[in-house]
Amino acid sequence: MATIKLDQLTKSYGPDEVLHHISGDINDGEFVVIVGPSGCGKSTLLRMVAGLETVTSGEISIGDKMVNEIEPADRDIAMVFQNYALYPHMSVGENMAYGLKIRKTPKDEITRRVNEAADILEIREYLGRKPRQLSGGQRQRVAMGRAIVRDPKVFLFDEPLSNLDAKLRVQMRLEIRKLQKRLGVTSIYVTHDQVEAMTLGDRLMVLNGGYVEQFDTPIELYERPASIFVAGFIGSPAMNFLTATGGDGLVVLDNGTALATSLKTSGAVIAGIRPEHLIQDPEGVLPVRVEMLEQLGANTLVHGVLDGTDTQIVASVTGIQSLPINDVVRFSPAPDELHLFDAKTEKRLS
Amino acid sequence: MVENRPLLSVISHLILIFGVALIALPIWITFVAATHDEARMLQAPIPMLPGGYFWENFKQTLFGSGLSGTEIAPVWRMLGNSLAMALMISLGKISISLISAFAIVYFKFPFRMGFFWLIFITLMLPVEVRIMPTFQVVANLGMLNSYWGLSIPLIASATATFMFRQVFLTIPDEMLESARIDGASPMRFFWDILIPLSRTNIAALFVILFIYGWNQYLWPLLITTDADMTTIVMSIKQMLEASEQSPQWNIIMMTALLAMIPPIFVVISMQKLFVQGLTETDK
Amino acid sequence: MLKRVHFPTSVLPYLLVAPQIIVTLIFFIWPASQAMYQSMLIEDAFGLSTEFVWFENFQILAEDKHYYDTFWRTIIFSVCVAFLSMSVALFLAGFAERVVRGAMTYRTMLIWPYAVAPVLAGALWVFMFNPTLGIFPYLLEFIGYNWNHYLNGHQAMLLVILAAAWKQVAYNFLFYLAAMQSIPKSVIEASAIDGAGPVLRFRTIVLPLVSPTTFFLLVINAVYAFFDTFGIIHAVTQGGPAGATTILVYKVFNDGFVGLDLGGSAAQSVILMILVISMTVIQFRYVEKKVDY
Repeated sequence: MATIKLDQLTKSYGPDEVLHHISGDINDGEFVVIVGPSGCGKSTLLRMVAGLETVTSGEISIGDKMVNEIEPADRDIAMVFQNYALYPHMSVGENMAYGLKIRKTPKDEITRRVNEAADILEIREYLGRKPRQLSGGQRQRVAMGRAIVRDPKVFLFDEPLSNLDAKLRVQMRLEIRKLQKRLGVTSIYVTHDQVEAMTLGDRLMVLNGGYVEQFDTPIELYERPASIFVAGFIGSPAMNFLTATGGDGLVVLDNGTALATSLKTSGAVIAGIRPEHLIQDPEGVLPVRVEMLEQLGANTLVHGVLDGTDTQIVASVTGIQSLPINDVVRFSPAPDELHLFDAKTEKRLS
Repeated sequence: MVENRPLLSVISHLILIFGVALIALPIWITFVAATHDEARMLQAPIPMLPGGYFWENFKQTLFGSGLSGTEIAPVWRMLGNSLAMALMISLGKISISLISAFAIVYFKFPFRMGFFWLIFITLMLPVEVRIMPTFQVVANLGMLNSYWGLSIPLIASATATFMFRQVFLTIPDEMLESARIDGASPMRFFWDILIPLSRTNIAALFVILFIYGWNQYLWPLLITTDADMTTIVMSIKQMLEASEQSPQWNIIMMTALLAMIPPIFVVISMQKLFVQGLTETDK
Repeated sequence: MLKRVHFPTSVLPYLLVAPQIIVTLIFFIWPASQAMYQSMLIEDAFGLSTEFVWFENFQILAEDKHYYDTFWRTIIFSVCVAFLSMSVALFLAGFAERVVRGAMTYRTMLIWPYAVAPVLAGALWVFMFNPTLGIFPYLLEFIGYNWNHYLNGHQAMLLVILAAAWKQVAYNFLFYLAAMQSIPKSVIEASAIDGAGPVLRFRTIVLPLVSPTTFFLLVINAVYAFFDTFGIIHAVTQGGPAGATTILVYKVFNDGFVGLDLGGSAAQSVILMILVISMTVIQFRYVEKKVDY
């Protein structure tokens, strides 16, 4: 068990800096998900913690020990790779035992730990098989087994579910979560899938373009996104953004509509409101011209434009609704669910 | 096939059988000649059907004095020399190419590309174009008439190095990363992961290189003067020369047969590996 | 070229490349540079003194009618070997590809001459064409043709070409068969629906699609005929009669080891090196653009 401390981490390839001053503390036993679009540097960050990439500047500590110069094998970590990286010529049991064998663990101890891990993952019956004789989900379990058999201080996951089909992905997601809670091992998990991130992580580190946008709990990310990027990335369908002008206790949208807020703002602002926080209301201040409906059963997504502008609006209304296309429907924002961002810095105004 | 024309199929088979017969004819004649006695092989036309002296010729060739009037080692000794040379060349080439490809792919070190190009150059210098000076080097090193002299100068191999490099490059990077997290040292990774994963490529290359080594002619011709170091392939030429005085064609052809059988056996019995090896090394 | 992650730099990679590099330096690079140096030396008739003469050896070669003849002889020999072995291989591969059953059996039956050493191939053919005993001279006698390759230079040339081509058919056949088998069945079927018969299909579809293989084999066969046929010639004709079958490689060997003309032999080696290098370059340029279908 260990805490992980990232202090002003920077990574450059030649003159190109791809990660900029990443800092953050991960608590003992915590499950942290690093999430962001492809190319944001999340895998690079994970591989730096693993020791597979060098650190350009800054420090990584695992359990109070600075590990920048320590070999991956000596960091007491285990990693689950996207393509599992199982050794194809070794059986499942040999795959799991390999790391222990290199560390000269006694034979009976290896057998005991492999069996134990196999039981946890319910792969005991496959121990004698080669990886190619297993299905995708089973290989995924073996990759997990190889990680837990070592009983490391830290688990690192590099998009481990992206090669599985949608149904299996949901199932394995729950299993990983349960397993991590049961073993209590500090974990870092990289994904580009925000739903996976929200459901798995105790805390999420949202990366964008090599910068940390926000590092907080899923609920906090949802309720108080620190930037337009986080607000748009977390939540589905994505938040609506409307350009507006600030004022004292209100903001004025481009079509003249005034929305009440507890904040005092000035100049150009961006008002954000989530689709699920738009309430159908004949007296509502937001007139939306309906362009298309998506019937999802439990709710209906209304796609349209703010009447008189080109601004796209999505609203999520409960139940099955059939609104006439091209009509104007009025919505009002739920109280206190209006997010305001500075138009220039794109940061939250609070 | 696309259309059903029985006549065309029959013709195809006939042509192929004719082709096989044409290709096999020299070997057939060799075999037939090895089954007759000396007297029969002096009458024209020579026979086209096997006779009854196969075992006698076989015994005389392999264990007897061989061809009278020649001063060469017994055939079993030459077969041994050929086997030793072929194995040393093929295994030597495979070993040094495996480790140099490993270094070039999995390490980053100064002069890496320089070494790579140096190995590449060997491709352009077959032994035939540097006969004299290479002979002088081997003579100066005192390696004439030795197994080392027969094999070491031939074991540098650009093609084998390139092939292994190609094989290693197709092995996913995560294998190495995973092994490093598991704590494997470079040599441990080489033995535990790389060698097992390259097994079929090694076997395929071995088939090709064994034949290459066994069939070496010019090189052993130059550096062996001692009759005890003669290889079976070389001996044929000496026998042909001797045949002008003592034309024992039954013995000469039996020797030729013995010289052909090991590589032909390797090609036929490991045909799949052989084809894989050919297409991999030449492309 | 290199893995994303690599092992830390240490002395190990140098130890790993050392055997290959040492062998390369001692037995390849050093002799090759020696050949270049020796190609500029002339030894007097008694081997007592040597003189550095720059390019005089090359000049002598350029003016030497024998060398000129050898050069052209080598070209003709190579073209004949390549053409003969490739056309027989293409022909047989075309039929082998056609037959549904037994294609692999035919392959097995056709590939093993590859395993026969060139000098053995020479011995087999010289036996079959032995003027007094051989089966072919005996048959040729019936049509009134007198075969004696020990006396007739053209016959000697024909014999070494036959022996060299025979050995190479197997190799060419393998590559042609593989190339034909990799042509998508749908292409053949489409042309059949278009109404092309088997012969037309072979000419207009199969032949163009295997043309990259043809080019590749052309280079390989040229290299083979230039360098790997030494054993055949040594066994069959020893370059004779009267030099009628002496090709470049044979002449290097003969002038160096038999004639003991070190400078001249070295100069010829250097010319051969230039030829190999250009062939290798052609081969590699081709490999880069190879994938055509």
